[in-house]
Amino acid sequence: MNWRIRALKKSPWVFHVNTGACNNCDIEIVDLLTPRFDVERFGIKLVGSPRHADALLVTGGVTAQAAPRLREVYRQTPKPCVVFAIGACACDKGIFTTGYHMVGPVDKIIKEIDPNAIIAYVPGCPPKPEAMISGIVKALSAL
Amino acid sequence: MGTVLAGRGKGNAMTQALWSLFWITVFPGFLFTFSLGLLATWVVRKVSALVQWRVGPPVLQPFYDVAKLLGKEILVPEDAQRIVFIAAPLVGMAGTLLLSTILWRVAVAQSAFVGDVIVVIYLMVLPSLALILGSSASANPYAAIGASREMKLVMGYELPLVLALVVVIVKTGGQLNLAAIAQQTPVYSISGMLAFLVSLLCIQAKLGFVPFDMAESETEIASGVLMEYSGALLAVWKVMHALMLVALPLFLITVFLGGFGTTGCPLAWSIGKYVLVLVLVILIKNTNPRVRIDQAMKFFWVYCGIALVLAVVLAAIGSYYDINWL
Repeated sequence: MNWRIRALKKSPWVFHVNTGACNNCDIEIVDLLTPRFDVERFGIKLVGSPRHADALLVTGGVTAQAAPRLREVYRQTPKPCVVFAIGACACDKGIFTTGYHMVGPVDKIIKEIDPNAIIAYVPGCPPKPEAMISGIVKALSAL
Repeated sequence: MGTVLAGRGKGNAMTQALWSLFWITVFPGFLFTFSLGLLATWVVRKVSALVQWRVGPPVLQPFYDVAKLLGKEILVPEDAQRIVFIAAPLVGMAGTLLLSTILWRVAVAQSAFVGDVIVVIYLMVLPSLALILGSSASANPYAAIGASREMKLVMGYELPLVLALVVVIVKTGGQLNLAAIAQQTPVYSISGMLAFLVSLLCIQAKLGFVPFDMAESETEIASGVLMEYSGALLAVWKVMHALMLVALPLFLITVFLGGFGTTGCPLAWSIGKYVLVLVLVILIKNTNPRVRIDQAMKFFWVYCGIALVLAVVLAAIGSYYDINWL
């Protein structure tokens, strides 16, 4: 296995990107980072800048306004990196499927600029922190 | 081989050079301090986790972090001053390495020179200076805010730190030599205690720990000074921070707590002192909120400044009338 990916799996630093979510998934992500779930056990750390990130936690179905920002944030993230689509909206636009202002979902926008991007999906409205941990573990073990 | 055997004098010079290289790269220098620093980083994270009633990261976590960052892509912003942006972390790390090597040599080999305490003061400014340079070169507005805060913070804590060293120099009878200072324990006196406590807070600010982490506050200015750094360059900053985590407590031990003994029983006692300083720093970090930059300036200049002027006066009276506990 590539040593870069190996080290990445041991310390995935995450950056939180909201692309027009209703804030429910964001609250659950913040919940995930509280001492109760203690994701620092797995080396997961929330960082303040996409330059430091190894994983983007993207919530929301990507509005027309947010799409260019999401692309920019993805370009700013040093590779290799993983994109997590957190919640039903990020996975396939959820209840906003027919919304006029929705250009997502997340994987479509990311694949426009990087067809080989690694994207993992954690569905739920909102997904529980346990589901996110399970999703992250599954995605990282598949790398 | 030929050059080594070419003559006794030359051979000795060669051995000397090899020993110096060994000092800098392996034993008290890079490799040793690097490993110890990453271990100390783990202690910081683990004790913080225990304070917050959780389990915390595994022992090797800082090593994984550095390995991962070395394997990542390095992105240099388009508008950045490329050379300064790339050189700044290396300069900072080299300065910290030199600082820790000087301090370890005082501890291990008792080798010191007159005035090295002043050299050490200058070397301790170098990491902050490199941080300011690097973040200014990155052409990012948040990094600029971080740099300006870091500058103000440096101006804030340098005054009390120098005053605290004046207390030590007065207490030890005008010594400017670290090995001579390390023979005495200024902390067993009122003025020495005051100076030690204030320097502990200055060290806190130098390390960029809460409550003085306004230069890299993650929530308001997105990691501030380090914002544009990625990959191996960020790893160099992290390693520099790890080296500082060894060098700065070691400095406090050398100056205030009677030096770092390295043989037999004093070694255990010295490790105890190091752990004490580190845990004090971590507990201050975990029990305080971040202050604003103006609050930090006021704290360092007004409160710490007054306390230390008092301490200098006490120390001067003490040394004039030969009262050791003052």
